[in-house]
Amino acid sequence: MSYLEHSIKAIPTGPRKILYLNWPLALLLAAVSSVGFLMLISVSGGSLRPWAEPQIKRFVVGFALMIGLAMVPIWFWRSVSGLAYLGTLLLLVTVELFGEVGKGAQRWIDLGPLRLQPSELMKITLVMFLAAYYDWLPAPRTSRPLWVLLPVGIIMLPVALVLRQPDLGTSLLLVAAGGGIMFLAGVHWAYFASVLTAGIGLVSAVFQSRGTAWQLLKDYQYRRIDTFLDPGSDPLGAGYHITQSKIALGSGGWTGRGFMQGTQSRLNFLPEKHTDFIFTTLAEEFGFIGGISLLGLYLLIILFCVWSALLNKDRFAALLTLGISLNFFLFFSVNMSMVMGMAPVVGVPLPLVSYGGSAMLVLMVAFGLLQSAHVHRPR
Amino acid sequence: MTPQDRQNRRKLSRRTAILGGAQLLFIGGLAARMRYLQVEEADQFRLLAEENRINIRLIPPARGEVFDRNGVRLAQNVPSYRIVIVSEDAGDTDLALQKLSQVVALDPESLERTRSELKRSARFLPVTIAEDVSWEDISRVSVNAPALAGITPEVGLSRVYPQGSDLAHVLGYVGPVSDYDLSRIEDPEPLLRIPRFQIGKVGVEAKREKDLRGKAGAKRVEVNATGRIMRELDRQEGEAGADIQLTIDAALQGYAQARLDGESASAVVIDCDSGDIVACASAPTYDPNLFVRGISQADYDLLTGDPYRPLASKTVQGLYPPGSTFKMMTAMAALEEGLIEPDDTAYCPGHLEVSGRKFHCWKRAGHGWVDLQNSLKQSCDVYYYDLALKVGIEKISQMAQLFGLGQRHDVPMSAVAQGLTPTKDWKAAAYGSDWVIGDTVNASIGQGFMLASPLQLAVMTARLATGRSVMPRLIKSTGGIEDPPGTGTPLPLDPENLRKMRRAMFAVVNDRRGTAYKSRIIQDNMRMAGKTGTSQVRNITAAERRSGVISNADLPWERRDHALFVDFAPHDAPKYAVAVVVEHGGGGSTAAAPIARDITLQALYQGEPPLDAYPPKDRPAIRAQQKRLREMRPQANTSGKDQA
Repeated sequence: MSYLEHSIKAIPTGPRKILYLNWPLALLLAAVSSVGFLMLISVSGGSLRPWAEPQIKRFVVGFALMIGLAMVPIWFWRSVSGLAYLGTLLLLVTVELFGEVGKGAQRWIDLGPLRLQPSELMKITLVMFLAAYYDWLPAPRTSRPLWVLLPVGIIMLPVALVLRQPDLGTSLLLVAAGGGIMFLAGVHWAYFASVLTAGIGLVSAVFQSRGTAWQLLKDYQYRRIDTFLDPGSDPLGAGYHITQSKIALGSGGWTGRGFMQGTQSRLNFLPEKHTDFIFTTLAEEFGFIGGISLLGLYLLIILFCVWSALLNKDRFAALLTLGISLNFFLFFSVNMSMVMGMAPVVGVPLPLVSYGGSAMLVLMVAFGLLQSAHVHRPR
Repeated sequence: MTPQDRQNRRKLSRRTAILGGAQLLFIGGLAARMRYLQVEEADQFRLLAEENRINIRLIPPARGEVFDRNGVRLAQNVPSYRIVIVSEDAGDTDLALQKLSQVVALDPESLERTRSELKRSARFLPVTIAEDVSWEDISRVSVNAPALAGITPEVGLSRVYPQGSDLAHVLGYVGPVSDYDLSRIEDPEPLLRIPRFQIGKVGVEAKREKDLRGKAGAKRVEVNATGRIMRELDRQEGEAGADIQLTIDAALQGYAQARLDGESASAVVIDCDSGDIVACASAPTYDPNLFVRGISQADYDLLTGDPYRPLASKTVQGLYPPGSTFKMMTAMAALEEGLIEPDDTAYCPGHLEVSGRKFHCWKRAGHGWVDLQNSLKQSCDVYYYDLALKVGIEKISQMAQLFGLGQRHDVPMSAVAQGLTPTKDWKAAAYGSDWVIGDTVNASIGQGFMLASPLQLAVMTARLATGRSVMPRLIKSTGGIEDPPGTGTPLPLDPENLRKMRRAMFAVVNDRRGTAYKSRIIQDNMRMAGKTGTSQVRNITAAERRSGVISNADLPWERRDHALFVDFAPHDAPKYAVAVVVEHGGGGSTAAAPIARDITLQALYQGEPPLDAYPPKDRPAIRAQQKRLREMRPQANTSGKDQA
């Protein structure tokens, strides 16, 4: 279904477009980000520095960027999606060659004030490109083997590069997001069933290979899985983070200790308390009520996205919107599972709340695309 | 809208519903987990956290200590006091620091550093104001504690090297974990993030970091609202690092270090039976204690600016053309190939012409007719040129490798060099040019591309002396568990050939016409066998050659020859193998051999040797030297076993 078959006149033009933004969604994004600012202030002991202030600046820039991107017609984004994908792929290769090494992994390109993480960008451009692909592909071909293999290749290429960095968490997220689009586009059940079976096989292979010459993961990744399965086994080594984070969470109780009163997460030795583990601070200081409220906000964001997608009669726009919301969902659900000891520590930030410029900007760009799809939907 | 489109939309909606449902289910799971942790399990945590908060603090483990082979302490931990400030508790840190400086004297430099560190680090992390604080100052801070909020004295362990500079290059030193260190470690343990936690940076301290560090313990403490520790609830002791015993003999090491003082030189002593490195001295040296405390820029510049390179660990890192000490390899290769008999003679006219180029013997007038023993004894070059032309470079390199040259020995020291035993393939790969016959001629007397470290030369000598593949061993035991000795297995060589080599090396030192005759030992059961070496570091120009050989003393230091000497003793039952290299020292017989002889005797006698081991003519000079060295090391006789 193409835009040409709709009446373009019904689509708002010029500055009036601003009125047609998905404003409830934008407000929800601002609300979640504000929770983030509050937590960053708390983590740094009541001060805007060193974390809250740059984060606020980034959000303002990101918000403006979102509105700016939303003004650009969605058909433009569709036409550049292939280029965007290739460009990000090129950046990933560049990181491989010139990237900066941080925490044993090579992930960034240093651009002065901003550290660009191409793997973050890839989460968006991959979804864009796959959405464009399924928009272009005639529906009867969707489940033909050749036309299934092609998107699998599109997904696996960046995944392989990200795995090499090495960043297991992000590569799994890419696979999940890409697979999600394929599922939404209507690829036959049998494919997913067989991949699932193969996945189970792979997991057992990963464990079988441990200690042999061809072991598939790095030692520290095995250790993380070990400690995830039994955090008590190494409470001071790799299990330290999970144990600490559970204590902090648990001591929050129903209502929490109150703003800036959380001591577990502030005094404890959590090295990433302002990034990946920021949820512990929130849960300790605002308790179950605070935690469930943030989860509620996230749920609302997802619901607004899905609603916007179902409203949209354009296949590209709908798939893009659903893909971005799926990505967002994966972000916060993986982070929360990790913090609550339900998933291994893989280093995924809490979206819009964790400190970090690259992730924040990329998310706002994604929501900009989503808003563009919403504004320019055929009516 | 076509029916196809409608069908597509229906399918999309259906799949969206399925995926959305799965997401909802997962979010429900997250909420349930949150409820479980925060509501159902909350009581368990809340009980502990009612009035005070429970905190887990890491207890840094005590680092393993290092001993010498006789149990003398080489690296130990001593309690040290420091003053730290937590800015969260202190409030106005400038005011707090000002108050503190009224109580104890603080130097402005460390105050400045503290201020900048306070700005950078998180508010609840302690920042060290002063380290190695005296006990009086600590008590003053404790007495004034009520006025000094946020400032606390802390006791910690700091590393001290009681032998000072004697073992700097072997032991290395520790220092605080740097960002660079952290970036190199995959998934660093939390312990490493403790401010100022010290890890090995160089030498055994770095190479055996895993053994020495130990495992962190933890204590659960109650802290009040400001984070001050109120009470310790329980503690889980960590595991102290394993103690390491080196094969080094601290007394001999100290002697060797003192004997080398003033030169840019190194010496290695290996126990022929076990491969134990008994001494491994590199001069000039430095005081590792300076690095532990954080070396000042001025001191550091002094070390890096010194042309004698005190920071270089010359025993393993220094690579030198082995010079004439390599002749045993050339001779062994020829003997093993059956190309010569020891009695075969060659005529040395003072030079050998090979494909139009003249290769000179060090003695311009030539040695006349020489056999194997005489050629080694007088270090005739032409004899070995001749042998090399017969044997070829490949066999010579193979022989050298059999004796441990060109191989990185497995010794836990920093920057252990591999050296080089050149082959045709190597030159093709490294230079892209063909091997020429002149290269072989140069290699036969240990010049040209040939490079070896003093450690490799000592291993070579030990293997010549024993006929076994002696492996150097630096670690005697770790945590009480003995490392296997490097006794080695018999080399695949004809024992008769080895005996001939040893006899020739004996003649070098003990024959009146031998190049090291002046450095002989006259005690009959301790006589040594050895070989001098003088390796050229420059090309002699044609002009220089015409004007006659310029004596080393007339050259600037950095262009003088390296002096080398290798020996083993006693010659009939080898106990120690020694290699000495004096950088730009001049001739091997004058600069290196006397040092090697003194160190060998010191090792054989386990202390200062009696004067009658020396030739009568030398005794007055040796007496004076012994007195001088005793004065240099006043603790030498007391630093023995009673300290352990």
